[in-house]
Amino acid sequence: MNEATKHATLAAAPAAPPGALRRYGVWIAAAAVFVALPHIFASGTAMTVMSLMGIGIIFALSYNMLLGQTGMLSFGHAVYYGLGAFCAVHVMNLAIRHVVPVPLVLVPLVGGLGGLLFGIVFGSVSTKRGGIAFAMISLGLAELVSSSAFILRGFFGGEEGITTNRTKLLHLFHWTFGPQIQVYYLIAAWCLLCMIAMYALTRTPFGRMCNAVRDNPERAQFVGYNPQTVRFIAFCLSGFFAGIAGGLGAINFEIVNSSYVGLGPSGTVLISAYLGGVGYFVGPVIGAVLVTYIQLMLSDATEIWQLYFGLLFIAIVAFAPGGVASLVMKHAPLWRARVMHRLVPAYLLALAPALVMLAGVSLVIEMTFRLTVKASEPSAMTFFHVPLDAAAALPWIAAAVFIAGGFWLFRRSWPVVDRAWSEAAAAARARSATP
Amino acid sequence: MRCAFAFKTLAFVTVTLAGLAGPAASETLKIAFIDPLSGGAASTGEAGLKTFQYLAEQINAKGGAAGMKLEVTGYDNKVNPQESLVQAQKAIDAGSRIIIQGNGSAVAAALTDFVAKHNERNPDKTVLYLNYAAIDPVLTNEKCNYWHFRWDASVDIKMAALTNYMKGRANIKKVYLINQDYSFGRSVRDEAKKMLAAKRPDVQIVGDELHPLQKITDFSPYIAKIKASGADSVITGNWAQDFALLIKAAADAGLQVDWYTYYAGGTGGPTALRQANVPDRVFQVTEGIANVDHAASRTFETEFRNKMGAGLIYPRAVNLMHMLAAAMTEAKSGEPAKIAAKLEGMKAEVFNGGQGFMRADDHQFFQPMYISAFGPLTAKEPFDEEKTGWGWKVLGRVDTQDTVVPTSCKMQRPS
Amino acid sequence: MLELIVVSTLNGVLFGMLLFLMASGLTLIFSMMGVLNFAHASFYMLGAFFGFQLSRWTGFWPGLVLAPLLVGALGALVERYGLRHVHRHGHVAELLFTFGLAYVVEEVVQMIWGKLPADYRVPEALDFAAFTVFSTNYPAYKMFMLLIAIGIFVVLFAVLTRTRAGLIIQAALSRPDMVAMLGHNVPRVFMLAFGCGTGLAALAGVIAGPALVTQSNMAALLGPILFVVVVVGGLGSLAGAFIASLLIGLVQTFAVALDVSLADVFGAVGITLGPDSFLADIWRVTIAQVAPILPYLLLVLMLIFRPRGLLGTRDS
Repeated sequence: MNEATKHATLAAAPAAPPGALRRYGVWIAAAAVFVALPHIFASGTAMTVMSLMGIGIIFALSYNMLLGQTGMLSFGHAVYYGLGAFCAVHVMNLAIRHVVPVPLVLVPLVGGLGGLLFGIVFGSVSTKRGGIAFAMISLGLAELVSSSAFILRGFFGGEEGITTNRTKLLHLFHWTFGPQIQVYYLIAAWCLLCMIAMYALTRTPFGRMCNAVRDNPERAQFVGYNPQTVRFIAFCLSGFFAGIAGGLGAINFEIVNSSYVGLGPSGTVLISAYLGGVGYFVGPVIGAVLVTYIQLMLSDATEIWQLYFGLLFIAIVAFAPGGVASLVMKHAPLWRARVMHRLVPAYLLALAPALVMLAGVSLVIEMTFRLTVKASEPSAMTFFHVPLDAAAALPWIAAAVFIAGGFWLFRRSWPVVDRAWSEAAAAARARSATP
Repeated sequence: MRCAFAFKTLAFVTVTLAGLAGPAASETLKIAFIDPLSGGAASTGEAGLKTFQYLAEQINAKGGAAGMKLEVTGYDNKVNPQESLVQAQKAIDAGSRIIIQGNGSAVAAALTDFVAKHNERNPDKTVLYLNYAAIDPVLTNEKCNYWHFRWDASVDIKMAALTNYMKGRANIKKVYLINQDYSFGRSVRDEAKKMLAAKRPDVQIVGDELHPLQKITDFSPYIAKIKASGADSVITGNWAQDFALLIKAAADAGLQVDWYTYYAGGTGGPTALRQANVPDRVFQVTEGIANVDHAASRTFETEFRNKMGAGLIYPRAVNLMHMLAAAMTEAKSGEPAKIAAKLEGMKAEVFNGGQGFMRADDHQFFQPMYISAFGPLTAKEPFDEEKTGWGWKVLGRVDTQDTVVPTSCKMQRPS
Repeated sequence: MLELIVVSTLNGVLFGMLLFLMASGLTLIFSMMGVLNFAHASFYMLGAFFGFQLSRWTGFWPGLVLAPLLVGALGALVERYGLRHVHRHGHVAELLFTFGLAYVVEEVVQMIWGKLPADYRVPEALDFAAFTVFSTNYPAYKMFMLLIAIGIFVVLFAVLTRTRAGLIIQAALSRPDMVAMLGHNVPRVFMLAFGCGTGLAALAGVIAGPALVTQSNMAALLGPILFVVVVVGGLGSLAGAFIASLLIGLVQTFAVALDVSLADVFGAVGITLGPDSFLADIWRVTIAQVAPILPYLLLVLMLIFRPRGLLGTRDS
């Protein structure tokens, strides 16, 4: 009896709980990645790019609290980023004059509080309306605040902006924050903290109510929550995190001016969040990394990178409105069932003609650019290290062939990909059915 | 066996790659030109970039300087201080050791701070900041900086020259000031008020206008105010789009005043002025114009126009590049610290003839200044502007020593 | 004083009419289709550049007719192949599509015509002073602009309210299914409406190009103020857009003429506020310096207190 019951008890014992590693593994891995990156990419450019990516991640995640989670489309989110940055830079200057004892590591928090304050002030009027009216108010506020920059000179500094020196603040542990790598670690630490905080927020009942208000505000009202209050609180919290990003921006650039609050950064964060995917928490992270990289590095590859950027954005909006994250996540069930490898041959078959077609389009764009904007220079140019003459007929014919042929083969490959998907999905279903 | 084989392959590959790398190229000194290349001020930025690239080519054709070739790359800052810092960081990461900038004193202020901080934190990767057009006096006074050198006469130097000319013009009774609302525009306005009060206390200042920078598309309300004030002369520091549109609106409204300007000769200015059809009523103060009677500069101008299709609007760029090359040759190096040591105190023959010098106290270059008027040309003036048939005619010249103004700079020199 | 008032009123009306020229098309699109077209200012810019290029080849007047037609056709194509495809993903996706389109159009324009201003001249037939008021000349070209703007208003108003086509368009806005069931090709109606809207924007561009600067940043400069006009005027109302553009034009022009600040007002009462006083910036700023932000202030206030706008027929 004893042994049998012992066996039975053991067999019936519940499986071990997910464990601390499963639950926190992602964050530990993220921390490890943040620490390891400067050792892999050690150049000055890489430091600059990674620092800006960190700031962009916090900003885009704060924006997604509005767009993705609460369904509020705002065109003026940079107002809170910028006002947080202005608060941070003024406090930094006060700290340099020993008026307030704020160490540099806490300056982003000051930025966050600034963003929170203005979020409360402006949010109380903006969140009264929803939908398009809210979007228009945010646009108007953004223009209003950025134009006020030249009127309220004391706070905004006019055209010159406000400058500061991050090495002159109180030094903790001998960190001067002069070298870019120290700034990178500061940004990385705050980025990790904010990511954890914002993720935790999505798991709270409040986070769930935000989603409810996004999906069906009337029903949320029936459950007992006032959608307007939920939106207002979401707005304030989103302003808080945007302000933190602004504070880090102030530390990184040591200058804050009216361009921080305008429609430019508002548009960029919208694009980042959308490109990455507003439906997933990790979407804005992907989007921020991608957009920062494109903005800083693509301009070295080609002078008309902004055209490619715009076309990429239109392509995502038209063909993958869920963003990059949705494309990746679509494969999640297949990955879990370990049948991803079945898609690889089909994808390769589709990818090759697609790349050829895109190369043809890019060739046409680059050659047109050469002949129009650079008309005063000779028409010889290199495309991916292949020298050619933009004025000759051959490259144009080649481009036409690439585009037409690539597109035709690409279309022919769609049924193949379709078949591969159905097979893989069936296999995945079969796998999950068997114990 | 496998190890040996792998080793041999690796060695072979390495040697081939090393061979393919080719002979060591002569060193290049990378110069970053950070100015607006898009937007309302693009015309001035583009002109500047082309001028500097032309000058660099000329220097390279003669063998470069200190054995190095000069390479000028443009970075677009959209007249935005923060964008300029991003571009400056990019340029430095890409290997630039010299930054050239000019359009926008707000940008200049941000850049000079940035360069000072960067050089302090990275003493092995110092950069020089050569300023060819940002003339807010603060850059060589409160914000003076060892790594910053300015070749354009500052606001007070130019206003002194302009007001000296205005002293002799009896028809000036009421003056209207209209400027851009930022550090430069405000300093033009402040200096104008101060110097007019000192030299012509009988003149009444009937208007003082500051408008947003490069944002106004329709100046007719401002023209209406100028008319209502009854002014007979207007002093303005407006440049690029702000100047062209101001003149356009004035022409549309038929405003008849004298214009005392800093940048009427900038790209787009002469075209707007010709369309406005106001001969000999627009004056500017510059360090040189094409029609100065100096043979060498006229030859340069002719060649420049042949190659570029447009006149030289930055004689100071010529001075800057020649002095940079001379400093490099003297120092036998492209190191910013060594170049700076040679640049300060340097005397040079300036573009339109005469002697100039770079004052070591504040790194401001002093040179002869010219007052010129825009109108139909005579045989003595062979060069017209922007194919309008009209050009700049010299009315007066101020010698270098008469342009010197005091400075409050307390420069911190690197040890 | 009187001169300043009269001249400012005329200038304000002219500026307001220019705004209406641009906003008329956006009102049509926004009101009729509910699509917030961020690329509207880009079509305006395309119109200006097409007009410029055509004026180089054929002269100003053929350009005036051809450019709007070309851009209108382009707009119809964008609607047919772009917006309609994106429409199924929701309003946000449509909006972002036009956002991306604005980006791409600016880049293409920069690529083809460069970043410097284009030398788009007023046609010689109109290059004279029409009349003189208090010694200020008013160019005939601006009068022409005024005439065209009023003409567009009258024609659009008549078409939308008095003709069958207009009634169908208005019905298709609120009851597209019913209208489709009645046998009308609703997608085609939308395509035509979008094409007309962008054609109007292009017409504004052709006319405004010589008056203002024709440069690749013109869309970014005038874009935000268009939305102010449409929203303040009211969604769904052409008359509202007319009144709103006049209002904004006058307010901005008069504001520039006023060099009064709050400090002056306080000074008249006896309180002096020097440059170092607390919140000095707010007291000492003159209305002239505040002029550029007044439209946005109006927008925000209108949206808070009366989101329908002045004469709007639908709440957003």
